[in-house]
Amino acid sequence: MLRVCAERDLAVVLAGGGTKLHWGPPPERCDVLLDLCCMNEILEHAAGDLVVRAQAGVTMAALAAALAGKGQELALDVPFAEDSTVGGMLATAPAGPRAFRYGTARDLLIGITVVLADGTIARSGGKVVKNVAGYDLGKLFTGSYGTLGVIAEATFRLHPLPADRRWITAELERDELPPIAAALAASQAEPSAAEVDWPDPGGPLTLAVLVEGAAAGSRAEVLRALVGKGTVTGEPPSWWGLIQNDEVLVEVRFPATGTQAVLDVVAGTGLSLRGSVLSGRVLLESWGAIAEPELAAAVSGLRKRVEAAGGRVSVLAAPYASVDRWGQVSGLPLMRRVKEQFDPGRRMSPGRFVGGI
Amino acid sequence: MDPGYDLLGAFIGSEGTLGIATKITVRLSRAPQAVTTVLAAFESIEQGGQAVSAIIGAGIVPAAIEMMDALAIEAAEAAVACRYPEGAGAVLIVELDGPEAEVEQQFAQLTEICSGAFELRVAADPAERAAIWKGRKSAFAAVGRISPAYIVQDGVVPRTSLPSVLAAIDRLSAEHGIRVANVFHAGDGNLHPLVLFDDAEPGAGERAEVVSGAILDLCIEHGGSITGEHGVGVDKSRYMPRMFSETDLDTMQLVRCAFDPRGLSNPGKVFPTPRLCGEAPGVRKGAHPLVESGKAEQF
Repeated sequence: MLRVCAERDLAVVLAGGGTKLHWGPPPERCDVLLDLCCMNEILEHAAGDLVVRAQAGVTMAALAAALAGKGQELALDVPFAEDSTVGGMLATAPAGPRAFRYGTARDLLIGITVVLADGTIARSGGKVVKNVAGYDLGKLFTGSYGTLGVIAEATFRLHPLPADRRWITAELERDELPPIAAALAASQAEPSAAEVDWPDPGGPLTLAVLVEGAAAGSRAEVLRALVGKGTVTGEPPSWWGLIQNDEVLVEVRFPATGTQAVLDVVAGTGLSLRGSVLSGRVLLESWGAIAEPELAAAVSGLRKRVEAAGGRVSVLAAPYASVDRWGQVSGLPLMRRVKEQFDPGRRMSPGRFVGGI
Repeated sequence: MDPGYDLLGAFIGSEGTLGIATKITVRLSRAPQAVTTVLAAFESIEQGGQAVSAIIGAGIVPAAIEMMDALAIEAAEAAVACRYPEGAGAVLIVELDGPEAEVEQQFAQLTEICSGAFELRVAADPAERAAIWKGRKSAFAAVGRISPAYIVQDGVVPRTSLPSVLAAIDRLSAEHGIRVANVFHAGDGNLHPLVLFDDAEPGAGERAEVVSGAILDLCIEHGGSITGEHGVGVDKSRYMPRMFSETDLDTMQLVRCAFDPRGLSNPGKVFPTPRLCGEAPGVRKGAHPLVESGKAEQF
């Protein structure tokens, strides 16, 4: 397929579940939309080794169901799991609440098979977790938005399903959050996640902390005491890990020390906030329509304050072409050289990535 | 992860072939609330291996699971008098860490799983913990007590293949008259066979190399890796084509062409055949230009 496209100089954009096709800038050109939905087999689940190998078109939900059958999971609680595919998930590298404990896709990926723009098929990594032979192409392709080639297969390390879990949910005022977040991050009760939901910056926010594993109940009590209030439940709040409206979606990453500054500047934008206060990675959504100049101003103001606090802002989705999606990215010249090596013809999702790559 | 290509991920494990790291930022984590260290002695490696599988199967992910076979234990005893249980065919060292309540529960499960061990020692304090680890941590150096020379090998196999691979290593050892002491990270199938030989004995070094290489072939056959930790370097570059296809290696080297097109950084490491940057990937037709010009040999 790709060889044919190469011969005819056709630009190729890739689709899995199509859940994030509108993330990132639109491609400069798109002659072929390569849909990987039918490459959807789970090739091998070695439960005894805690490893799974799957084709790129397997949905995250289908994978989770198959693994749960053997009491295991791929510890990536990414959004849109029903439709999002392994390949699409890897290419866009979103994070879920539990990334604080388990890492993101790049940390759980142990092997990959890719197809380059000229049809070359290549593998790196393997089926074992400890493996340092050769370069890690898997990490390079993770988060690459389809600009280096097609992810055809991926091998992941798995975890046993947690023995037990609890959520501690509490309502807080904005200024109460940063010290509590710091204490949670350092807590020896080892929470797996702490998410914040702040639909209206004028009002209070809701904090939900997840603790997993053996003795989750008693650890939850320790964490509830740390927060100072709240209720302990066996189910997550309804907004947990949810992206409701991603027509406009802004991602803010920040170090722990920048939490207060981020809350303060987001309050001024009128956007709603939801995400991981432990990982320093939150998403901003807009309740209603937001006009182009308004959005551009909000993003630019956000960027200034967030970058001053040591963080960064990416506009994952927006209906406007003029918004600077990625902001400043360091290492761009080297990234361009990588692109030139893998896709010299510039045909793989051209223009969708940082620096116009 | 910041947006853009994961250059950090590509750089890690590149063994100096992509450049030099000058500044490194790492994430720290809080020390765990509780640590429990257990030494379990089994009559055989098979029993030890079964215990490891049962631990993983129970959903426990210990901080460490190490195994040593009888020969490795013998060496460690001679070197540091670690006093591991006598007559053990294998010892397992398991360390659990995390929140106290979680460690307590997992420890209870662990004790049950290791009921087949003929002796179980639990460290009651940091001194006892250090005593348990002493034998394992001295193992590589300790084999110097039972052999004048040795090769430290590093390979990985899927955990479930451990029993058959260890049996195959046994056969290799017998076949070539070369002793192999086994020390390994049992939790992730990362083997460190210590291939023992007397370098004063003619031909012994060569036989040891044969055994060492055959162990790597075993790892590849079982779907593992030729290196779990120690890297490829120069020594193992000739095994790379057994683990990866020429296309795989060519494609990996595209990364090198982006970072270091002139091949200045640690040339000769990892890849047996350097790639000329600017070539299209795929099977090369005809002789490699470096071979033709007499600057390189191809194996």
